[in-house]
Amino acid sequence: MSAVDLSLFCVAALLALGPAAIVLRRLAAVSALVYGASALLCLVLTSVGVSVLAGAAEISGRVLPIGLPWLGAHWQLDALSAFFLLVVGFGGAAASIYAIGYGRHEQEPLRVLPFYPAFLGAMVLVVLAHDAFSFLLSWEVMSLLSWALVMAHHRAAGTQHAGYVYLVMAGFGTMALLLAFGLLAGSAGDYAFEAMRATQRSPAMAAAILALMLVGAGSKAGLVPLHVWLPLAHPAAPSHVSALMSGVMTKVALYGLIRVVFDLAGPLAWWASPAVIVLGATTAVLGILNALVASDIKKVLAYSTIENIGVIVAALGLALAFRANGMAATSALAFSAALFHIFNHAAFKSLLFMGAGNVLVATGQRELDALGGLIHRMPVTAFLMLVGALAISALPPLNGFASEWLLFQSVLKSPDLPQAGLQIIVPAAGAMLALAAALAAAAFVRLYGVGFLGRPRSEVAAKAVEVDRFSLAAMGALALVCVLAGIFPGVVLDLLAPAAEAMAHARLPVQADDAWQTLVPIAEARSTYNGLLVFLFIVFSATSSAWLVHRLASRRLRRGPAWDCGFPSDIANTQYGAGSFAQPLRRVLGTILLGAREDVSMPPPGDNRPARLGVIVRDVIWEGGYLRLSAIINAIATQSNRLQFLTIRRYLSLVVGSLVSLLLVLTIWN
Amino acid sequence: MDRIAFDIAHLLAGGLVLVSFMMIYQDRLYALLNVFALHAVVLSLSVSWQAYTQHAPHLYVTAAIALIFKAIIIPGVLHRIIRQMGIHREVEKVVGAGVTMLAGMGLVAMSIVLMLGLTEAADAFAREDLAFALSVVLLGLLMMVTRRNAVSQVVGFMSLENGLILAATGAKGMPLVVEISVAFSVLIAFIVIGVFLFRIRERFDTIDLGALDDYRGEHE
Repeated sequence: MSAVDLSLFCVAALLALGPAAIVLRRLAAVSALVYGASALLCLVLTSVGVSVLAGAAEISGRVLPIGLPWLGAHWQLDALSAFFLLVVGFGGAAASIYAIGYGRHEQEPLRVLPFYPAFLGAMVLVVLAHDAFSFLLSWEVMSLLSWALVMAHHRAAGTQHAGYVYLVMAGFGTMALLLAFGLLAGSAGDYAFEAMRATQRSPAMAAAILALMLVGAGSKAGLVPLHVWLPLAHPAAPSHVSALMSGVMTKVALYGLIRVVFDLAGPLAWWASPAVIVLGATTAVLGILNALVASDIKKVLAYSTIENIGVIVAALGLALAFRANGMAATSALAFSAALFHIFNHAAFKSLLFMGAGNVLVATGQRELDALGGLIHRMPVTAFLMLVGALAISALPPLNGFASEWLLFQSVLKSPDLPQAGLQIIVPAAGAMLALAAALAAAAFVRLYGVGFLGRPRSEVAAKAVEVDRFSLAAMGALALVCVLAGIFPGVVLDLLAPAAEAMAHARLPVQADDAWQTLVPIAEARSTYNGLLVFLFIVFSATSSAWLVHRLASRRLRRGPAWDCGFPSDIANTQYGAGSFAQPLRRVLGTILLGAREDVSMPPPGDNRPARLGVIVRDVIWEGGYLRLSAIINAIATQSNRLQFLTIRRYLSLVVGSLVSLLLVLTIWN
Repeated sequence: MDRIAFDIAHLLAGGLVLVSFMMIYQDRLYALLNVFALHAVVLSLSVSWQAYTQHAPHLYVTAAIALIFKAIIIPGVLHRIIRQMGIHREVEKVVGAGVTMLAGMGLVAMSIVLMLGLTEAADAFAREDLAFALSVVLLGLLMMVTRRNAVSQVVGFMSLENGLILAATGAKGMPLVVEISVAFSVLIAFIVIGVFLFRIRERFDTIDLGALDDYRGEHE
């Protein structure tokens, strides 16, 4: 059985699990059964992906006689597909294992169970599809199933709005994809990917395809300004689905972007790349700024997803810029950084969403200001969340640092670019990415500090209990991946090298040959990073200093007043809160970008009311862009409503008028 | 021979355009029907000439259909309808004759420029034919737009069909099956619109389409 057949078989099993869940709904263990089976199938898919990447299995294709009669459905598992198959399988397996425990708390499991395995299957199909029809069909099925999952708690406040916005944006994105594939197929109209790859295109056509893909795949991945659905929909879904949507589905969207732009569209001119780089950098900064002021823990994570997507897209833009200038090795570096970050983000964002799910199960709260002190009540969750937060903040020796370090190595190669425009834009975008990385660290210090440290701010937080073992096991596995990928980044880079080589036409030096797992992206003389040594140093210095402190310092236990803004009080609300933490950055950066305003109401002397400081944060893009756009569309629709009530002769005149004017255009054209 | 054949085809197709202009100009219903009958006769002559030059005997059938059906039966039936309803005195026009004629000339000029530009590769017969046919179609449309009486709209529609048939016979190898279906579509349209006329007449006591607008509470 070839690799692609095995994957398709797993997909068929996943798709069949949905109906099976409905049939078996009376069974008490149906939830555990479905999630367990999904986890197993996902593990098989992961191993298929790894074996193709490692060269153990051949690149294989399969044409099934379904879909369009003259086309059939083409599926192929090449290096790029295999890498994303690995991401989907690994993220899906973790989420499924997590859900074995988490799913027990689901009020209406039948709103989730039938869609969940099919959603996994549809994502795998998108990655395997090798013709435009199968790709778009799988993509739409994936969108619809994820929408159904978002609507699982449809009675909760805001969920219906989130579902509506998501549906509109998904439809819009697919329309752009449809146009992009139409351009790719060209006048010959062959929808198989092989034929698209073989077609020669003008640079303008390739750039138009790039623009359409940025809209189509970007709206699914969460590129600014098409990100508006993401912070609404991801938090609304059940947490294991949020983990899948944020950690995996956005990556499947990026797969679509990479597949078309790097593989099918052919060579792109250098002037197409700055748009991608700037878009990515802007997305990163705006996403993380929003994360910094959001007060809902899952919303913070969703906005942080937007930031990471921005980072990845900027890396892809860099890869395009270098590739257009024939610097294949540097292009491979930027591209590998993007793929590595995709893998890393799938790991730590899933981990963080699962942690948020644990908090939600234990307290029923998502508001940061209702949490606090959870490190005492939920020590394992708190530790695993800490690993995730450190990883996403790009701190060494964890995996987030390794991938972002690679990205900045490619930014530092920008002086070698021949175009002056790129020489300016790339370092500027690099500075924005550095800013985003710093703000991300601040956002996660805030999330972790307010949520898990300090004293509990509510009754429920004070009474929280640790969650079940399955959830913790899944999170533990993800945390382990984060640590291992950070310590041994060379192993991951060697694994994804075939995918990068296929797209960037060059590969990084083989990292396995280097002593001590050192990462050498370009040359040893230029820059190296050794996660293992950093890890050993941190472990050694931390244990030795802890030992020294405990050895030399006084063992006497002291209790002093907790620092709480210099006002020793028992009220937990006097602690530094989520809003207070965000205030300085909000004041510095948020006034324009977030439209943040502070509203101080000071009662006159003699009045007993308390003074109040209110914060108003507006979504500038939503209000300035989307609401205005919908108002314009409404106005046009109202105006054209008159067309409903014309006389018969006027309708005829309209028809004749349009015919004659089209003929006139044709006449003048000739 | 070829030269003469082309000239005669040219003359007949041009005549069809000329008769279309006459129809646009006529604002009396009886006169309009007579001109339409003439239109159909010219069409049938043109089609027979094409049948002769192309050595395509089945086109004679088309010519016969045009002559019998469009030049004799339909005008006769419409005569009856007009007489039954007593609307033969009605003069109706939304746009003045002069403006309509000017617009018609513009349309003809446009279609000739367009068609001669587009069909440079085709042979001379087809080129002239297509240019005139498009003119006739556009003039038929123009007539439907500028009239408000249902009968003259039917006539406009049928002159449009004549233009289509001219185009179809000008192109060599057009099969008869399509031809008959076109004739039937005209017939069906005629029946439907005829029934519609009586329905309007019964309800509103007029076949002026403006009455429908009045009924909806609107005015032009």
